[in-house]
Amino acid sequence: MAEGLRRRRLAEALAALSLSGPAVFLMILFLIGPLVVVALLSLTDYQLGAASLRYVGLGNYVEMFADRVFQRSIQNTLVYVAVVVPASVGLGLGAALLIEAGASLRAFYRAVYFLPVMATLIAMAIVWEFMLHPTLGLINLTLREFGIEGYNWLQDRRTALFTLCAIGIWQSVGFNMVLFMAGLTAIPGDLYEAAAVDGARTSIDRFRTVTWPMLGPVTLFVVVITAIRSFQIFDTVQILTKGGPNRATEVLLYTMYSEGFSFFRTGYAAAVTVVFLVFVLALSLAKTWAINRRVHYA
Amino acid sequence: MGETGLGMMAAARDPHGRGSVVISGLTKSFGQTAVLRGVDLEIPDGAFLTVLGPSGCGKSTLMRIVAGLEQQDGGTVAIGGGGVDGLRPDQRDIAMVFQSYALYPHLTVFDNIALPLRMRRLNFARRLPLVGRFLPGVSATEREIAAAVRRVADLLQIQPLLARKPGQLSGGQKQRVAVGRAMVREPRVFLMDEPLSNLDAELRVHMRAEIAQLHRELRTTFIYVTHDQAEAMTMSDQVVVMMEGRLLQVAPPSVIYEDPEDIRVARFVGSPRINILPGRVTGRGGIDVLGVEVPFASNLAAGSAVQVGIRPAATGASRQAGESGLAGTLAYRENLGSDLFLHVAVPGVDQAVVIREEPTEIGRFPIGGTVTVRLADARIIVFDPAGRRIRPFVAAAGARRHG
Amino acid sequence: MRGRPLGPVGALLRHAVLMTGALLMVTPFAWMILTSLKPQAEILVAELHFLPTRWAAVENYTMAMTRVPMLRFLVNGVVVTSAIFVLQVVVNLPCAYALAKLRFRGRGVLFAVILLCLLIPHHATAIPIYILFYQMGILDTYSALVLPFTISVFGIFLMRQFFMTVPNDLIDAARVDGLGEFGIVWRIMLPTAIPALIAFGIFSVVAHWNDYFWPLIVVGSHELYTPPLGVAFFRLNDQGTEYGPLMAAATIVILPLVGAFLLAQRRFIEGITFTGMKN
Repeated sequence: MAEGLRRRRLAEALAALSLSGPAVFLMILFLIGPLVVVALLSLTDYQLGAASLRYVGLGNYVEMFADRVFQRSIQNTLVYVAVVVPASVGLGLGAALLIEAGASLRAFYRAVYFLPVMATLIAMAIVWEFMLHPTLGLINLTLREFGIEGYNWLQDRRTALFTLCAIGIWQSVGFNMVLFMAGLTAIPGDLYEAAAVDGARTSIDRFRTVTWPMLGPVTLFVVVITAIRSFQIFDTVQILTKGGPNRATEVLLYTMYSEGFSFFRTGYAAAVTVVFLVFVLALSLAKTWAINRRVHYA
Repeated sequence: MGETGLGMMAAARDPHGRGSVVISGLTKSFGQTAVLRGVDLEIPDGAFLTVLGPSGCGKSTLMRIVAGLEQQDGGTVAIGGGGVDGLRPDQRDIAMVFQSYALYPHLTVFDNIALPLRMRRLNFARRLPLVGRFLPGVSATEREIAAAVRRVADLLQIQPLLARKPGQLSGGQKQRVAVGRAMVREPRVFLMDEPLSNLDAELRVHMRAEIAQLHRELRTTFIYVTHDQAEAMTMSDQVVVMMEGRLLQVAPPSVIYEDPEDIRVARFVGSPRINILPGRVTGRGGIDVLGVEVPFASNLAAGSAVQVGIRPAATGASRQAGESGLAGTLAYRENLGSDLFLHVAVPGVDQAVVIREEPTEIGRFPIGGTVTVRLADARIIVFDPAGRRIRPFVAAAGARRHG
Repeated sequence: MRGRPLGPVGALLRHAVLMTGALLMVTPFAWMILTSLKPQAEILVAELHFLPTRWAAVENYTMAMTRVPMLRFLVNGVVVTSAIFVLQVVVNLPCAYALAKLRFRGRGVLFAVILLCLLIPHHATAIPIYILFYQMGILDTYSALVLPFTISVFGIFLMRQFFMTVPNDLIDAARVDGLGEFGIVWRIMLPTAIPALIAFGIFSVVAHWNDYFWPLIVVGSHELYTPPLGVAFFRLNDQGTEYGPLMAAATIVILPLVGAFLLAQRRFIEGITFTGMKN
């Protein structure tokens, strides 16, 4: 009997192993391993294709933090996040509230606002580039109708980064909107009735007594994931500005990409990756905290 | 390996023991919690045995170990005379009906019932979608399977449902399909885990009768797990009362009710619950219950403390003033139409003493009035302070004791 | 906000604001399509006019399809996204099942590791995976485009959460009926998980059809370009003057997803919301 039991236990363990084994193997190969390797590479002077590498300690980091390009890169990324997050979260919340406030054209608005989320960003970036063309673009032509002289949006140091912010906002409002809509439908309707009985008369009262407190945790969550997504800005920079003009749109992932895959300074690019990772992980931890809070409220 | 033929072979060797189940010394813990603490049980072929107990007593774990879904820490299970501990559930030649029915939501009723047969009679290649059906022998086997499914459907009267998906069925219909899926493979043992608890009250009564009928027709061993004493009492020929991982008593339903071995059995079976009153053995062949002497012959020393159980239906209110009994105040009445239960607050007893009366007499018992609980002629069941049964001392008692 | 319907003024205001926003959202799409219908001469004039006076749809779209192998790019997109999704299901569904329904040593640790891996953005692993593929000599192949995404810890997490809601009885019933663990995954769990799989599929296909970063890094040959690389390549090839065909190319690249979205809006929004909330 003991023999039979042992055989069955072994069979079960084998089943679990063969079911999860492939995923675990790939997880080590493509996630955990690379993460360790990136951290180790950041301490070397490795260059892709080079026969050997040398341990340089924190040399890459020292060089990086002294580098003007990298400083600009961090600064620009933070500005981008600081502009895109409040705008796209605020507009997403506003759109969700307004759309849910009435019944007519609800599906139409939802679809239209969500459209940019679906559309291939790189293709739409090219469309934006054409719309932003200094002489032929829709935007400057429209401004001229009102007697305003537009900028050379993407080539002007003063406007390039903010133009990319605008595209980022345009692209992410719809995503935040649907998350807020899900949060809104999760609010039980009888809470509004209770608030009305308790004297919340205007819609502003209702928003302040019911909607906002119930939506608070969702908002926190949306803020954090928008921040994580904004940190990963790359596509529009790579195709529209290449970090220019004069590093005005140099951002972290673009720095990592150009160091690692254009100049093949792999060790240095790995150090940039580590910095990028630290930012994203910090935000992710904040997100985990936000999720826990959300569960708390639910 | 020929597992599919196992049942048949066993039947050929030992036609009477094919569905007998012998459980010995079974133990099981989940982490720190001991769920089974040494369970021994013999179930003869063709019996209908109900395992009755409160939730968390280990009855479901016991059944899952018999099914092979869970592995015991110690002890053995044998079905039809052979040990099954090393066998997977499907090799044990058993069938199980689950509380949630566990019908495959994406398959039709027909395919749900056919699945166990297909798994046994068609190998991997032959079960493949599209290709499989063109392999030699598949269509003949499929015809046999369809015939078997139809037979079961006829018996359970679910032919009109065969093309539907489980989502389109009512609770009672799902229940029947689940039974059908268990029946179709003609198992040695049917295991049923609270199969009726998701049905409404009326349907539950109806399905009770149907399952009992099914057992009479199939004459296969049924092991039925429930926390509902009505199910245990009405369907089975043997009831096992289980608590805290131990079997307290194995007996036919009437014995479980009338002659409990343990105070926990007495408390668990019977509704409303049995009254337990403190008592003390007197020197005169009786027991003193709160000042009232009740005749009870025992060989216990005078002055020993005992617990006296009285079922509500085993007593009543005294009719004449001055009759000896426990006087108390009527705190609450429950009129169920067929029975009237009086809850009498008796000084010195924590819980109200519940007694049964005729509903027509309700006028005699105003709330707050005094009611005297008859004791002298009540049928009492006596337990020692640890809860073990104490039987009346009769010269020839030995013969009855373990009956 | 539910509760009370808006008054007529409120309703009007709501439409005014939402319409303005909708106009901003839709303008790039409209301008893209309008431009893709105009001849070069009408595009390269510095004055505002919306509808083409001469329609050049056929020329522009023909040029978009022939100047670069656009059809090839689209086929690559379909091949890569579907290969990724199919392999994600094959690799991650069994693991999700094991985590949700089997008891085995190390399960808790494995799940904790998966939760941690959820935090890793795929940009962070790009350099080592690039080096690995370089060593293996599989840069610039379909494998390079597909393999890194076959593991989806998010997929495992999502499907595990879904499988947790499948009653254990169903799995036990399958075991009693003679299904092995693999049989349970593919014959029972997969069919019951279709709604969650559709949501995950939408998430996965949208993410990988639109992905630019990874294909940009690992692919060099035009034959392997995915649609985003293809449209970027078209723009580069063009010296940025032939806006009509370029906008036609952009339209072609976004059409499959946007078209599918417009046909099944509810499914897409639910899918993205469902995955977004868990992500």
